Amino acid sequence: MMLTRFLLEKIDRTGWIFLVLLALAAVMVPVLNLAVPPGSPFHVSNTAVSLWGKYMTYALLALAVDLVWGYCGILSLGHGAFFALGGYAMGMYLMRQIGPRGVYSHPILPDFMVFLNWKELPLTWWGFSSFPYALFMVALVPGLLAFVFGWFAFRSRVTGVYLSIITQALTYALMLAFFRNDMGFGGNNGLTDFKDILGFNIQSQTTRAVLFSLSVVALMIGYLLARAIVTSKAGKILIAVRDAEARTRFLGYRVEHFKLFVWTVSAVMAGIAGALYVPQVGIINPSEFSPANSIETIVWVAVGGRGTLVGAALGAGIVNFAKSWFTGAFPQGWLFALGGLFIVVTLFLPKGILGTFTDWWKRRGETREPPAGKAVGQPAE
Amino acid sequence: MLIDPMDTQLPAEPVKAIERPQIVTQSLLYLDGVSVSFDGFRAINNLSLIIAPGEMRAIIGPNGAGKTTMMDIITGKTKPDTGDVIFAGEVDLTRLDETAIANLGIGCKFQKPTVFESHTVEDNVDMAVKADRTVFGTLFQRRSAEIARRVDEILGIVRLGDHRKRLAGDLSHGQKQWLEIGMLLAQDPKLLLVDEPAAGMTDVETAATADLLKDIAKTHSVVVVEHDMGFIRELGVKVTCLHEGSVLAEGSLDQVSSDERVIEVYLGR
Ligand SMILES: Nc1ncnc2c1ncn2[C@@H]1O[C@H](COP(=O)(O)OP(=O)(O)OP(=O)(O)O)[C@@H](O)[C@H]1O
Ligand SMILES: [Mg+2]
Repeated sequence: MMLTRFLLEKIDRTGWIFLVLLALAAVMVPVLNLAVPPGSPFHVSNTAVSLWGKYMTYALLALAVDLVWGYCGILSLGHGAFFALGGYAMGMYLMRQIGPRGVYSHPILPDFMVFLNWKELPLTWWGFSSFPYALFMVALVPGLLAFVFGWFAFRSRVTGVYLSIITQALTYALMLAFFRNDMGFGGNNGLTDFKDILGFNIQSQTTRAVLFSLSVVALMIGYLLARAIVTSKAGKILIAVRDAEARTRFLGYRVEHFKLFVWTVSAVMAGIAGALYVPQVGIINPSEFSPANSIETIVWVAVGGRGTLVGAALGAGIVNFAKSWFTGAFPQGWLFALGGLFIVVTLFLPKGILGTFTDWWKRRGETREPPAGKAVGQPAE
Repeated sequence: MLIDPMDTQLPAEPVKAIERPQIVTQSLLYLDGVSVSFDGFRAINNLSLIIAPGEMRAIIGPNGAGKTTMMDIITGKTKPDTGDVIFAGEVDLTRLDETAIANLGIGCKFQKPTVFESHTVEDNVDMAVKADRTVFGTLFQRRSAEIARRVDEILGIVRLGDHRKRLAGDLSHGQKQWLEIGMLLAQDPKLLLVDEPAAGMTDVETAATADLLKDIAKTHSVVVVEHDMGFIRELGVKVTCLHEGSVLAEGSLDQVSSDERVIEVYLGR
């Protein structure tokens, strides 16, 4: 009861539209994919299901970034690290599920360990045969890393560009570490060749459709949670920190605690997004830590509308649709297009697509409705 | 070694071993021998100042005299190199950070008016009202009738009742100053530090601000920094003139303004 109220109370119209559309997608896409025959114009293709499912996890990542950047002013250029860590945790579970079906047929060790001539499972891999444990790690590892990182960064009052740079350094350092074979996470090949998840064949279309729906549901829950946070009084404090950090301190708020809270929640959200991403794309490797990924996420949020949540998710979808079209049409041009898009948005749509649209909608409403003062004398409807 | 501001979040225990003289224990704010340098430049130089409980004090002095820096030392924004800063006779402020000092009951209005521009006027005050300030406390907090009443009261005092739903960023300069004073009041501090409240205000607004501060001073201790001598005269309180980081003269406005050195460095320009 309390929780429902906490989550649903402050959803605005944009939010409801967003949630309803997502709920529809979660139900309809699998139906149109599985139950409608391929010849029909209503059929949703298998590739589309996988692609859209991937976008849903990107949207959740964008939401996580918007929570810290849009509402607390922390420009994270390292959220890809939390996403990748969540992904690795899921990947490790999926590797352990392969069991003796690997190329080397080792009952326990994943192929790459046999190849490296390892004799036993490293400690880091223990427990990952259990799904609940893996899920726990999906949240814990990014959350803990964010907590420790944030603890040091925020209490030393590292802010602005310096903070952005160290988040970038964080993801870069992790990328280098995960490239090393002796880290025990598959080196530059990463983790792949997954067979099944919870006993269901990961290649089967039903599993894929379910993963799609789960990603949509995760995005919905992520949105509800983020919205509840930003509309609470704590959310107002976050915005206060973003706009006038010193003032907030002098009012007696412990700014570093608020930052640490939202930063950690955001990292866990990113981790969950990564965990849903991996079974859908079938691979996780160190390139997911690449600094460019984190920067791309910032572009999604900026394009969609920073500080709007729904806009961030929308931006992730729009930019990635553009990307898949573009990389098909002009394979070399994507990075230029992305850079161009970012410049255009920052110069002409500083509030992003959603922010600009809501402003326009409001202004339209104001000019069409008679001013409140004049309406008083009119009879009630 | 990193200095951990979180270690200092609790009000420092009064140190039993040190017996403080009466002059310290009976003052609300006690600064003695305070100095601070920025890159070798002494902004505050062996400054001593005592504010009694319930007192209102006006601080004047030329630009760069160190008035704002003195405020910064009291609020914890700047740490003094040497000297004692003692609040309420027992708390060593130099060991606390801004948040802890604010929660002890010291509020400040910045020289440059600073309000939360993307929040409404009402929300600005609401955030300042004394209430649970922890993360999880605020996450589930709802505006109680008590708080709502307090917000109304404050908005009435600073005459922003009609503007409560507007964004603070849309207010005029003078209104922002008032909002900030309102937020200060909402915190219900024991000591208010007010840096140039009348800057950029019209004469009418300035007079109203003086009245407001006099009203506030009935129930709070206040330190006001101002350049506007008319405003200071209006307040009618003890005046301290700072110059080059230390006290040049102290006394009634007439005494201070007839002091030759004050005339030379400040008034006579
Ligand atoms: N963070 C800082 N770094 C370097 N110098 C500083 C810093 N803060 C203040 N100063 C210097 O210390 C001196 C005192 O400044 P302060 O702002 O306290 O003066 P003030 O009396 O408030 O002046 P005004 O009336 O102009 O507000 C000035 O010379 C200023 O340049
Ligand atoms: Mg000043």
